[in-house]
Amino acid sequence: MTEPKMSLVDVRLTVNGKPYAGQCEPRKLLVDFLREDLGLTGTHAGCEHGICGACTILFNGEAARSCIMLAVQANGAEITTVEGLAKGAELHPLQQAFHEHHALQCGFCTPGMLMAAIDFLKVNPAPTEHEVREAMSSVICRCTGYQNIVKAILAAAPKMRASA
Amino acid sequence: MTIATESRYVGKPMVRREDKRLLTGRGQYIADFTLPRMLHAAFVRSPVAHARIKSVDLSAARAAPGVVYALSGPELAKIVPPVSDSQLSLPAKWKSQIQHKFLNPQQPMLAHDKARHVGEAIAIVVAESRYAAEDAAELVAVDFEPLPAVVDAEAALKPDSAVVHEQYKTNTIGEFVLRKGDVDTAFARAKHKLRRRFHHHRYAAIPMETRGVVATYDERTDSMTIWSSTQVVHWVRKEAATMLGIPEARIRSVALDVGGGFGVKGHVYPEDLLIPFVARAIGQPVKWIEDRHEHLISACHSRDQIHEIEVAFDDQGHILGFRNDYVVDCGAWNPIGSGIAYNTAVHMLGPYKFQDFSVRARIAATNKVANAPYRGAGRPEAALVTERVMDLIAQELKLEPDEVRRRNMIRADEMPYAMGVPYRDGQPIVYDSGDFPSLLAKALSALGGMGAFRKRQREARAQGRYLGFGLGCYTEGTGVGPFESATVRVDPSGKIYVTSGACPHGQGMETIFAQIVADLWSVDPADVVVQLADTSAIAIGFGTMASRSTVTGSAAMHDASRRLQKKVLAIGANLLECAAGDVELRKGGVGIIGVPGKEISLAKIAHAARPGWDNGRPQGVEAGLEETNYWEPPTVTWSSAVHAAIVEVDIGTGKVTIDKYAIAHDCGTVVNPLLLDGQIVGGAAQGLGGALLEEFNYDAQGQLLTGSLMDYLLPTASDIPNFELIHQSSPTPLNPLGVKGVGEGGAISPPVVIANAVSDALREFGAEFNSTPIKPEQIVRAVRAGAARR
Amino acid sequence: MKPAKFEYHAPATVDEAVGLLKRYNGEARVLAGGQSLIPMMNFRVAAPAALVDLNRIPSLAYIRADGDTVRIGAMTRQRAIEFSPVVREKLPLLHEAISWVGHLPTRSRGTIGGSLAHADPAAELPMALQALEGEVVARGPAGERTIKAGDLFSSSLTTTLKPDEILTEIRFPASPPGAAYAVEEFARRHGDFAITAIACLLVRDGTRCKMARLATGGVGPVPLRLTAAETILEQRGLAEDAIEAAAAAAAAAVDPMSDHQGSAEYRRHLTQVLTRRAVQKALARKP
Repeated sequence: MTEPKMSLVDVRLTVNGKPYAGQCEPRKLLVDFLREDLGLTGTHAGCEHGICGACTILFNGEAARSCIMLAVQANGAEITTVEGLAKGAELHPLQQAFHEHHALQCGFCTPGMLMAAIDFLKVNPAPTEHEVREAMSSVICRCTGYQNIVKAILAAAPKMRASA
Repeated sequence: MTIATESRYVGKPMVRREDKRLLTGRGQYIADFTLPRMLHAAFVRSPVAHARIKSVDLSAARAAPGVVYALSGPELAKIVPPVSDSQLSLPAKWKSQIQHKFLNPQQPMLAHDKARHVGEAIAIVVAESRYAAEDAAELVAVDFEPLPAVVDAEAALKPDSAVVHEQYKTNTIGEFVLRKGDVDTAFARAKHKLRRRFHHHRYAAIPMETRGVVATYDERTDSMTIWSSTQVVHWVRKEAATMLGIPEARIRSVALDVGGGFGVKGHVYPEDLLIPFVARAIGQPVKWIEDRHEHLISACHSRDQIHEIEVAFDDQGHILGFRNDYVVDCGAWNPIGSGIAYNTAVHMLGPYKFQDFSVRARIAATNKVANAPYRGAGRPEAALVTERVMDLIAQELKLEPDEVRRRNMIRADEMPYAMGVPYRDGQPIVYDSGDFPSLLAKALSALGGMGAFRKRQREARAQGRYLGFGLGCYTEGTGVGPFESATVRVDPSGKIYVTSGACPHGQGMETIFAQIVADLWSVDPADVVVQLADTSAIAIGFGTMASRSTVTGSAAMHDASRRLQKKVLAIGANLLECAAGDVELRKGGVGIIGVPGKEISLAKIAHAARPGWDNGRPQGVEAGLEETNYWEPPTVTWSSAVHAAIVEVDIGTGKVTIDKYAIAHDCGTVVNPLLLDGQIVGGAAQGLGGALLEEFNYDAQGQLLTGSLMDYLLPTASDIPNFELIHQSSPTPLNPLGVKGVGEGGAISPPVVIANAVSDALREFGAEFNSTPIKPEQIVRAVRAGAARR
Repeated sequence: MKPAKFEYHAPATVDEAVGLLKRYNGEARVLAGGQSLIPMMNFRVAAPAALVDLNRIPSLAYIRADGDTVRIGAMTRQRAIEFSPVVREKLPLLHEAISWVGHLPTRSRGTIGGSLAHADPAAELPMALQALEGEVVARGPAGERTIKAGDLFSSSLTTTLKPDEILTEIRFPASPPGAAYAVEEFARRHGDFAITAIACLLVRDGTRCKMARLATGGVGPVPLRLTAAETILEQRGLAEDAIEAAAAAAAAAVDPMSDHQGSAEYRRHLTQVLTRRAVQKALARKP
């Protein structure tokens, strides 16, 4: 078969409540589209094969790994990234809990941790520590050893229930 | 004149100033950094472990869409020399004491004569996007003449092995001997001996952020700026200056937010130099972001040592003699020289007082990724040996493992204790402070004590469950030289500005240096401006590795501050019209001792210190309020810890579950307890990853079987337990704050703790676990073999 | 690690999708959840000329109770299955199996059809299909056909689907109320692929076992029904000696793979251990 010709695809989506439109190759990964085309570099690419979870975003409200999605799949979708969590200077309760409990060191996995935790707490608003550890095994951290991340999530959960 | 320093901030668990940007997605890692007209690089990496490179054909790549530039190793070899072979050289004082032989192969920026490991870079392609660059890289044709792959370090040392660096005619690229006392006599006299073989396998730092470099060349000023995800901005500048033929003054080397390093970013890689080279050749900024697969096949690996040991001991379990012949599988290059191997040698002595000791180390070149320091840097390998030996002695003499250690340990009243061998800085090792038996007692107590555990173990066994107890003790030389720099300046705003050669990569240096300087100057941490990892802020610096930056950075900041404060007080006294001895620093200014209020702000003093008309300086005081200090540590200062764990082994599946894990830790004065705990827990989690999950596996052809995170298993939140931390503090006399390093320690003991615990759990099967990682299948086999023997 | 170029199609109907697959004559791949395919494409171990994206065909995602059958559209997200009250009630074994599949973020995107069509030997859904005696509906240019679980998987990563066929529906017989069930899996870490897994469904009648279904995952190239072990339970009951005999029969029946995750011997050993544990766990479960 001859070399496939590449026509660009349109991508129209909402990110953190704001509408964006762009054009890219169909092969462009969603994580790259967010970072490069939309300038939202808060979402990080740690492995590009869907294992480490650093690239986790909310896709139509559900946590998903943006390094193994194509940008074109986000056409018409609502995405939340880490940049959408704080309200101005006011941190999201989960961000605040991470800060108070020293749940980040280098910060590279942190956006993925936050987004994965938000989705998890939505489906399990009052988890046990064991459940937190199991669920958060979806994002790999190399710095913290997880102990403070677990503490932060358990501390934030009641606050998030209260404001839900 | 005294300058009192209250510890208002040092010692407090302050939350970090770094967090705000990192939590909100406003950090700036190298991949986030862009420049106008920036191009993107991808590498062609060897798919074979060992082969001559006959030719490299870039023609199809150069013609591919979006490609701007391509360069091969053979082309580059004609233009520039290889990367420096001794980025971390050993001091003359070490070389004169230790019998050694080192051959340091010089790694070219792109392979040209041979490919020496799967993943070695052979060509670079630069294009408008990473996507286009990868497309073009696939079109590069390399003509290889395969050679036999050297994949076993012991086989590599044999005369019939293929040779990785043919100019040496050997794969033994390093060798040294370290001895103290009279080991032969000790063995001749000893009633008990044991021999074992230990293998601490190959694994690595694997930070969540891979490597990356952006470089831009400015023709107007003939200068280069290099942004790299590195722990050593000044080393990068130095090597770039040599390679590019530009003075260091024309090179700025910066690290932005670095997403973890743990040692793997602690030296200059070929890419750190090649990207600037290419940026200058093209005349546009060039960016290279390492992808994860590249990282696994080209960023340095670590550990990978084989030890053949023999220990002589008496009826009481005192070690009388210790012999070790070990081999380090160095991979194809050796950028850090013998640092790791020598660390292993001296740390094998542990917190113990045995006097008769002899080790020989050999460093073997193989066709694998190069071996460089990773958190622990040779110490985990030593701990696996010595701490397994303690348990083996206990087993043989039917003593408890903690008792054997107690009998061999240096006591608190024997400190400081001279160990009789030099550290890699050439200075004689003296354990300056610490109380090892107390750490042991605390760790045991946290787990309920050995007696209570044995009871619990028996009860569990009666129910068909297998519990085991594991210990791992260590001492750790920290804060090594040669030096670290700091500049302290009183900013016109009155804030204190501090910079250093230290390079943060997650440990919270901006926060802890602000705490330290705030105490030194009696100001609020919010009034301390910290700038790090930028060679244009400070011309000379060393960098962060080896658990050294709190020790050396704080000392340099202290000494620079004290010298600067003399000047500040002199100017303050001048403005207050009194004697220098009558004033003190307080409340962000200078005031008269015993007369509250009426402080002159540091801003006013900075203004008064200016050169020129109407300045406020007394006679003889030069203008400016800045001091730079290069703190040269007298030698390392010694941290210590005891790790203890109770595990349960499921003999049906081989799964190991950690029931409890306690760490009793001593790093002297603690700057920030919140961050300290984070370092210990983070290190311990990595240690457990190495003990149970992480593994680099090469096949007989030198192909890396674990080339993705599907196969290289990093520990997740469900693999790591909570750690109970118990602190002890023996401040060191070797630096002004009394601090000791802590960055690496957590990773030292977990592999041996697990090996000891699993061996203890499965004692009845005659199973010993003397190699890592400890995998479920291995456990099942050991149990079945043991059961069959009964 | 960026994917190679491809032509991209997002058809609105199944027939359109089938037509595209036929046109590309084996050179196109179906994009369902993408949780397996896109990593392979990022590594460039898969470089299809075209992707046929099924995510814009809304009629392929549903969960319906239809008498004694539960019908699940092939593009139904694993996450939807996880939280479906219908599945929880009528296919509790499937609900349990889903909790072993990857992590919540991968289940947000991964589909049941995608997992079955990908046929990874270590995946849980193919095993569940076998244990539940499900069947799939495939549509191709020639029309629709039904394939039973036992006929779907031919070898590692290979099904009997033709290159121009698409899975449209998965059908399961509803489990009898009060059926005992369990999945026992051994993996290196939570969420990892199975080194060995056993799915167990039992229907009791007093102390007797009226029906036993045992299926493997991770052991060999395809999920297997452990019929000899099932027969032992059905004939001898559910006391300890029968369970031991069934576990031994399970171990004897499998032909395990050897790879870097584990040797054949180890997998055989795990088959025995996990069969025993799966049956015990199923029996211990409170109705």
